[in-house]
Amino acid sequence: MSWEVDYLAIAPELIIIGSLFLVLGLDLTLPRLKKYWTATAAVAGSALALIPLAFLAVEGETISMFDGSYVVDEFALVLKGLFLVTAYIVFLMSVNYIESERYYQGEYYLLLLASVLGSLVLASARDLIVLFIGIELVTGPLYLLAGWRKGDVKSNEASLKYFILGVLSTAILLYGMSVLYGLTGEITFSGLAEATAAMPNSPALTMAVLFLIVGFGFKISAVPFHFWAPDTYEGAPTPITAYLSVNSKAAGFVAMLLVMYLALPGVSDVWAPALWALAALSMTIGNLSALRQTNIVRLLAYSSIAQAGFMLVPFAAAAVAGADLEEAFSATVIYLVIYAVMNLGAFGVVIAGARTTKSGEISDWAGLSNVDSRAAVLVAVFFFSLAGIPPLAGWFAKFVMFRSVMIAGGAATVVLAVVAAVNAVIALYYYAKVVKSVWLDDATREFPGEFDEPPAGSLRLALAISVGLTVVVGFFPALATFVADASRVIAAGG
Amino acid sequence: MEWFETWGLTIIVFLPLVGALILGVIPKDNEDALKTTGLVATLLAFLASLVLIAQFDYSGGVYNTYQFEVEESWIGAINANYHVGVDGISLPLLVLSTFVVVLAVIYSWNHWDEPKNPKAFLILMLILATGMNGTFVALDLVLFFIFFEVVLLPMYFMIGIWGDKSPRKVPGFSKLFETRLYAAIKFFLFTLFGSAFMLLGFLALYFESGNFGERTFDIVELTRLGSGGAFTGTFAFLVFGAMFLGFAVKVPMWPFHTWLPDAHTAAPTVGSVLLAAILLKLGSYGFIRISLPILPQEAVNWAPAIAILAVIGIIYGSLACLAQTDMKRLIAFSSVGHMGFVMLGIATMTDVGINAAIIGMVAHGLITGLLFFLAGSMSHRYHTREMSRLGGNIKLMPVMGGILAFTAMASLGLPGLAGFWGEFMALVSAYNPLEGLSLGVFRTSMVLGAVGTVLTAGYMLWMLQRVNLGEPPNEWEGHTFHDVDRYEAAAWVPLIVLIVAIGFFPKVIFTSTTDTVTSLVDMAFDPEVTAALGSLMKGG
Repeated sequence: MSWEVDYLAIAPELIIIGSLFLVLGLDLTLPRLKKYWTATAAVAGSALALIPLAFLAVEGETISMFDGSYVVDEFALVLKGLFLVTAYIVFLMSVNYIESERYYQGEYYLLLLASVLGSLVLASARDLIVLFIGIELVTGPLYLLAGWRKGDVKSNEASLKYFILGVLSTAILLYGMSVLYGLTGEITFSGLAEATAAMPNSPALTMAVLFLIVGFGFKISAVPFHFWAPDTYEGAPTPITAYLSVNSKAAGFVAMLLVMYLALPGVSDVWAPALWALAALSMTIGNLSALRQTNIVRLLAYSSIAQAGFMLVPFAAAAVAGADLEEAFSATVIYLVIYAVMNLGAFGVVIAGARTTKSGEISDWAGLSNVDSRAAVLVAVFFFSLAGIPPLAGWFAKFVMFRSVMIAGGAATVVLAVVAAVNAVIALYYYAKVVKSVWLDDATREFPGEFDEPPAGSLRLALAISVGLTVVVGFFPALATFVADASRVIAAGG
Repeated sequence: MEWFETWGLTIIVFLPLVGALILGVIPKDNEDALKTTGLVATLLAFLASLVLIAQFDYSGGVYNTYQFEVEESWIGAINANYHVGVDGISLPLLVLSTFVVVLAVIYSWNHWDEPKNPKAFLILMLILATGMNGTFVALDLVLFFIFFEVVLLPMYFMIGIWGDKSPRKVPGFSKLFETRLYAAIKFFLFTLFGSAFMLLGFLALYFESGNFGERTFDIVELTRLGSGGAFTGTFAFLVFGAMFLGFAVKVPMWPFHTWLPDAHTAAPTVGSVLLAAILLKLGSYGFIRISLPILPQEAVNWAPAIAILAVIGIIYGSLACLAQTDMKRLIAFSSVGHMGFVMLGIATMTDVGINAAIIGMVAHGLITGLLFFLAGSMSHRYHTREMSRLGGNIKLMPVMGGILAFTAMASLGLPGLAGFWGEFMALVSAYNPLEGLSLGVFRTSMVLGAVGTVLTAGYMLWMLQRVNLGEPPNEWEGHTFHDVDRYEAAAWVPLIVLIVAIGFFPKVIFTSTTDTVTSLVDMAFDPEVTAALGSLMKGG
């Protein structure tokens, strides 16, 4: 057993920990009016952490530490890059939002940094314990952050619902893991893969796998484990909602795929049908519920449930058909990356637009294009991208998804493809509804908010990054396919 | 002009997009700068396409070879490339597209539908231009799909923002909707529905091509495989069906046409013009460029069905025209009929028929484009499109009335004007379709199509009679109407000249198309030639 630590390899984590303590120190020492420096520290920290990542990516070596429990390979690097960039955008969106609420800035960034740290750990986790620590570090701080708007009843409800269901799912997840450990005596993914492949199918193993799926299902808010999501999304501060729907969801996805793909490929006959059902249900019920929403954040909540279904499609399809999982794995990761960018943008523009409308009701956004044409353009870009209209980035995500389904072949897969195709058209309807309200409907009232002065610089930067990526990736999807190459590394046994 | 060989098409496609980006930074109030930029961008693209005409090599050549070809890697992971090129079939359509957009910009110089906002409108128009030009030159299925879809959003916004605001009843809803909103979403959903299946068809081809080497989206490569008989059986049937849905909605063929009257009627004038003149051609062009060469056997199997639907479209469109009270809606329905002739030509799978289809597409673009310009200008002056309230137009506005009469004559297929050739040749080719196709079906189609031409003449003359002739109703007494202004004249005269020119010298189109079409038909449907070509190309 070797305990040698490569400090460059874990430099991103160390930088995040460093800025975490910096925020803590600043919060303790600075006077109240200067607390905004904590925000600067958090933003700078998440940006700095990208630098060692770039070095590691150039080197391109696979570094395995702690007896193979903690691995930094290209796949982990891509995900860490994703987590850091999205965290950076969320921090930028937060600056003005939290400052105007005027309380607990220090704690806010402290908790959010802790959650980011969790996601970085998760990307490198190659055994059950590290994985569990990572995923709990991601969600733990979010229970508090969801209830940040203390005076608001909805925010309290958001926090409480998320907490109770989250803890329940954690318990189920942990139970599944412990049963798995009891059966095999292994915690590393590679060890588990060997042990489960050799084992005969037992009810205990099936139960353990299903418990894991239920646990992860909560984290990614897949139907039927999605009940917390709309209320939590609506009640939480909007930047936290963005973080929940992107980072925390992505973290859940990564955890689930890592476990299924690396640790349990031998029992795919148990989890494949379950994932198939999760995918079909999430798409359909998410979309049908989204159709009826009148609140823009709740609409995005249900849309993100449906999008989770789309993300599951390649993996579920390939597993059910018994096809090569490699292609599906990279398709899901590509979808995840593109979804992260455009969904963050959508939440960013909701924050920007809400300055003018002071309301989350879609009907109150009518005629926004007349007073704030920039926000209106961004609404069109992000919502149509989510719908998958070329040449915005979303088309490539959908394209890759359908492509991997076609590779898999087989009857069950075709059914899933048809479900996905129908849902893609349904989804267009409610995304277009928002755009229609903003662009085509006449304003029904005077807008209460300010619209003469532009939004804060940090929010504009966040929007600029997301819109830039959404458009550029749409035109040059090759940029997204390096993700696919990286995720093949893990398939090769990294 | 060496560089034009490689950069020409890219310039034509993306110059409008660059123009749109420049427009984005020009302030909204500076209307002159906005309009000048829009005009310059489209005009340069048009001039570039004229250079293309000049440098194009008309000496014929084998189908599936392209000029001004560019192939650059684009999405390596799925082997999709930025592959563009023109041949004799796409050249006239590409030029039509760059040409009509310039006229649309000139026309809109002082004709802005409410709520004005020239900046946004011009940006949408330029994005639309990029999508349309790109579709005609794309030689990669993914690229084709992207350009095909790019036109959706601008048109959605054009209809939805600048469209007709009068309320209308929508089946299934108790409250009234504004026409523009209903039409915009209907257009969007219909097209998206079709193109979703089209994309599935493309993907299926991609995977199937893996059986013959590397998987590819390349139209040239797939054409080579397809004409060599690579795609057959149930697979080909399903793929053709999927692509058929995508293209047939766009054309539109009966019974997928129902979005068209709504969208055309609700759209602002320039939107209707571009929709009729170019967007509809994307569908029929897709049939000629993709469905026929890649799946020739299946095309033959589907041909009778396409012919029957085309003829239903001709008759149905004409009869529907006779029932209209709204002038713009009448013109919209006439498109269903005219595109029926185009599809009938394609369905015969002969060189005469496909040539007819191409010249029909160009002629329809010019004529119906002009008709929509006229309808827009007239409703701008009369503030109504109800034919029962109009009349004596030629007395109130002699020039405009004259042009309307001329264009209606062209539309009904008067010999000597552009509309004649497409209809006439489509009927001729239906008498003598590809060997092996049911003569009964096609000759019946020919007879019914001929009846359709009579009906076309009927409704066009009927429209002229109600709108142009007679005494002006009392309503308009005392009104003075401004006859054709100079922007309108600048936009319309080139169209009129071309309608006459193509009418007298159809050769200007056929020079470009004939050889390529003949070679296409030989390659796709004649086994001997196909075999020879196949070995030739493999050897090369």
